[in-house]
Amino acid sequence: MSGLVLRDVEVRAGGRAIVADASLAAPKGRVTGLLGPNGAGKSTLLAATLGLRRLAQGSVHFDGLDLAAMPAAERARLAAYVEQSAATSERLTVRDVVALGRIPYQSVWQSGPGAGDEAIVASALAALGVTGFGDRLYQTLSGGEQQRVQIARALAQEPTLLLLDEPTSHLDIEAQLTTLDLLRERAQAGCTIILAMHDLNLAARHCDHLAVMKDGRVVAEGAPAAVLSAPLLLDVYGVHATIVQLPGHGAPLVVYDRARGSGAGPDSG
Amino acid sequence: MRRRPASFLASAGLVVLLLASATLAVTFGPADISAGDAWMTVLHHLRLADTAPLSPLRDAIVWELRLPRILAAAGVGAGLALAGTVMQVLTRNPLADPYLLGLSSGAALGAVGFLLAGMALLMPLGAFLGSLAALVLALAIARLLGGATPTRAILAGISIAALASAATSLLIFWSATGDSYREILSWLMGSLSGTTWGDTGLVALALVVCAPVILLSGRGLDAFAFGDAAAASLGIDIVRLRWTLLTATALLTGVMVAIGGAIGFVGLVVPHAVRLAVGSRHRVLLPASMLVGAVFMLWTDTAARSLFDPRELPVGIVTALVGAPAFLLILLRYRRIT
Repeated sequence: MSGLVLRDVEVRAGGRAIVADASLAAPKGRVTGLLGPNGAGKSTLLAATLGLRRLAQGSVHFDGLDLAAMPAAERARLAAYVEQSAATSERLTVRDVVALGRIPYQSVWQSGPGAGDEAIVASALAALGVTGFGDRLYQTLSGGEQQRVQIARALAQEPTLLLLDEPTSHLDIEAQLTTLDLLRERAQAGCTIILAMHDLNLAARHCDHLAVMKDGRVVAEGAPAAVLSAPLLLDVYGVHATIVQLPGHGAPLVVYDRARGSGAGPDSG
Repeated sequence: MRRRPASFLASAGLVVLLLASATLAVTFGPADISAGDAWMTVLHHLRLADTAPLSPLRDAIVWELRLPRILAAAGVGAGLALAGTVMQVLTRNPLADPYLLGLSSGAALGAVGFLLAGMALLMPLGAFLGSLAALVLALAIARLLGGATPTRAILAGISIAALASAATSLLIFWSATGDSYREILSWLMGSLSGTTWGDTGLVALALVVCAPVILLSGRGLDAFAFGDAAAASLGIDIVRLRWTLLTATALLTGVMVAIGGAIGFVGLVVPHAVRLAVGSRHRVLLPASMLVGAVFMLWTDTAARSLFDPRELPVGIVTALVGAPAFLLILLRYRRIT
């Protein structure tokens, strides 16, 4: 099957399984949202997919290729990863950071990015709208700007599989939409995209496919309208949800409130 | 693309600066020797010039006393600066240098142990073994703590440094007397006095073995900017790269400590200064740090031997006088992340 297929993945840490029996199938050229409460194992599952965490059990295949058995350098030309937050004490400009994405394509003997690399870096900067501060030091950027630079770095890797861990968490609402639209374009160009996220409404609107995690397992998977249901959200997040369909708004809208008895006052989203 | 000719020019400029510094440093000292005579003496000894320009005594001052020491100083500076740059990346700690992981203290213990056991000639070997043992021990302790993360490695290194320093002091207290006591203390403070061609050769050998390994890892070190997971996702074999570079660093540190004693702050100050000028792209930073380290050490050692002539100041005191305030500045600069 094409796309990303995880089968019965188990990742252990400190003597216990933090991801167990997790299976999912993210279709090729689509945007898949990975949902679930804090600590459900979303980040660990993403890291395990890229071989950054050892699989205790299970398999990870992309377009039929065994990602876990693939040499790291080869995997880096295929798949890119954007961490939830990325800080450095190194003195790097925004352009330097985006150029890191070209490392998988460079030889040990090369003295720096070549002409072809520079063109790819420039187009990645342009795609994320950060060309204007290419010469600024990475540390001087805001959290949201850093997040966009990291996505540009991942695009410079020219991946066909792109994994992002809460890529919009530091972005303002306009930048969230711009970034998600950009990811959608990449998906239409053939890139398979998986994003861990928290905002159910963004997920419903921008993802083709959703997988929901709880306690290290994938408990639901499918099209957003099919997956997002009141009983599931109560089970996974412990919230009472109402799902409405607004006229002129394609995706379902989720309105939620804390489960009765778990606290005072409404806390709707 | 635009940056490459510039960085090449900078490196070429630093090489010229290094040669000019070495030439000038030879003329420093009680015996008055001109730069031209110094070069002619070198050419004569390399059998490229027929006549010796200087009297045998002055010839010996240039060839046996000043030149090996100046070259050794440059080599030690280059080695310590390289080792410091690598440590800072691998531990993701801007305050790291070979001292932080206890390598220098381990090297000093090994060297003093061999010296007091009557094996003065094997001192460099003792220092290398000591620094390697300190490194392995630091990482083993870190692993016992549950994985060799940067913080754990550093904490382990600090405990090893304290233990090795205490053991060194104990050894000296027990067995050293009079002259050897003073000699060891001066060497422990960092001193290049009495450097021979043999010492210089050893420094050169360590650089020839280790520097290429480190210089060719620039791409991998770049990938570490955002941590292990980011480096691995860029296709770097982080376990292999880390061990290769840590071993090379232990070797460099061991040999440099055996020859120059515990010279501090070079591995910290030089990479930071160079980083401010050229940034953190390691394919530029590593060679530049190496060359600046060589020039820095050459001049601090020249200052150490000529400032209070005829008495000689241990060069470790000079580097500490320059380095400790710089260390404080770095500390303030990175206060958010330390």
